[in-house]
Amino acid sequence: MVKIAIYPPNSLILADLLERKGHTPLVLQKQIRQKIKDPEIDSPPMNITEEDPIKGLKYAAIEVPSGVRGRMAIIGPLIDEAEAAIVVDGAPYGFGCIGCARTNELSIFLLRNKDIPVLELTYPTNQDETYAMVNEINEFVDSLEETDKEEE
Amino acid sequence: MVKIALVSCGTEYSGIQKEIEKAANKFGAEIVLPEIDLDYIDESYEKFGFSAQSSSLKLMIARAMAIVEGRSKPDAVFIATCFRCAEAALVRNEVRRFIQNNTRIPVVTYSFTERTKADELFIRMEALATTVTRRSILAREKQEGLTLGLDSGSTTTKAVLMENNKVIGTGWTSTKDIIESAKTAAAEAFEQTDYGWDDLDGIGTTGYGRFTMGQEFGAELIQEELSVNAKGAVYLADCQKGEATVLDIGGMDNKVITVNNGIPDNFTMGGICAGASGRFLDMTSRRLDVDITELGPLAVQGDWRKAMLNSYCIVFGIQDLVTTLAAGGSKADVAAAACHSVSEQVYEQQLQEIDIREPLIQVGGTSLISGLVEAVSETLGGIEVIVPEYSQHIGAVGAALLVSGMGHRQDNK
Repeated sequence: MVKIAIYPPNSLILADLLERKGHTPLVLQKQIRQKIKDPEIDSPPMNITEEDPIKGLKYAAIEVPSGVRGRMAIIGPLIDEAEAAIVVDGAPYGFGCIGCARTNELSIFLLRNKDIPVLELTYPTNQDETYAMVNEINEFVDSLEETDKEEE
Repeated sequence: MVKIALVSCGTEYSGIQKEIEKAANKFGAEIVLPEIDLDYIDESYEKFGFSAQSSSLKLMIARAMAIVEGRSKPDAVFIATCFRCAEAALVRNEVRRFIQNNTRIPVVTYSFTERTKADELFIRMEALATTVTRRSILAREKQEGLTLGLDSGSTTTKAVLMENNKVIGTGWTSTKDIIESAKTAAAEAFEQTDYGWDDLDGIGTTGYGRFTMGQEFGAELIQEELSVNAKGAVYLADCQKGEATVLDIGGMDNKVITVNNGIPDNFTMGGICAGASGRFLDMTSRRLDVDITELGPLAVQGDWRKAMLNSYCIVFGIQDLVTTLAAGGSKADVAAAACHSVSEQVYEQQLQEIDIREPLIQVGGTSLISGLVEAVSETLGGIEVIVPEYSQHIGAVGAALLVSGMGHRQDNK
């Protein structure tokens, strides 16, 4: 079982594909769930408080807007934890999105610069491309399993 | 309840969503999000024509479009984006212009950090709510009876006594203890007449200390200074019909308000940097060893181009001016450079955020500094700037005017 970061980090489709293969997708929803299950809701709707953009300073400097640092406070730890990553470029909002282009740039850069296998794909525009994308993801994930076994 | 639409690219990720809601709730307003579907985002984004990379900015554009097209019907709009984000700043400004050009809904913009607290947003939310709910009060054009207006500002406290549409007494003192300063200013105003506290029909309060004063004196009207100053300005400048812009460069913050037929419909408020405030001029006059009242005429005689001023900062800017003096520069040139610096910075930070409508009415204590008024006119390409009589007492005049008709103290006796 490999911990795989996905981008967009809240893509239900990508998360589902990985779970079916028995891997752990590192998704935004789990991070947010941890925050909001706290009985003390300080800042609805997502319970991100002033402290989070400050935690985000680990990933981006103070001159970076608070919205980017707030997002990085949630996405950054997922990137830190990742053993592999799948990045889908050009996806529509419905596929998953965190709303901020600067956060996308920084997150994808951090994933590329981490010494882990990264699969980069372009969002499909027709059925054939969709099949091809799913196959590529499956092959990538299988290759991770093999590496995993070899290491064991 | 007043519905304020939040048009933003992600206040929830900066942890300030609850602060925005708290500020709106305090003034009987609620924050609403214009509801739209995914297809509408693409449709409105294409129509709007700004190629934003961030999808939250596309969402912002779609929400603005929903307001303009009447799919969403808020009473006011609050546009907020992250401080220091260039893309968001561009979209924020274009979205504001788009809503203003196509609707009569009041709009206020703000760029926030994670440190933004509800207190900073109170005055903006209160003014938005007032513009919507108190139109009947803001429509008042004539003062009646005997009323007292009290304005507790960050630097000075002003009192104005009005009777039958005329100012009959004024008072002015530096702000120390809120209540004591108000009493001192009021006593000065009463001294110029035969009246006392017991003769008043009503009291209106405004400024930072409005709630404290309002409670102490049982004021009939407690109102933020954006609405009050705008009203006082158009009243004194005799511009109650048609359009105008009111500029108040204060001791701590600056206000720019556009007015249509006497009712404020949009405003912007600064307060991040002391270099763009009256405080800069106050410090300049001290370094020049001239009274603040002499700074304006001195500046009019000078040429700002002859004094080196490389920084807008209240510390480094003043140092530059001192260096100019040390190198043999004239006091007049230094005074002119200080006025030019404040005017230029107010223009860069605030006047660009609002569509200036002529005439421009300049009010507040700094409007008495003629060099600053001249600099503002020059910065804005030579437009007409009106400084009405009693401009330094603007908040107190506005409060005395607006409370008239609300106070019935003599009837109750």
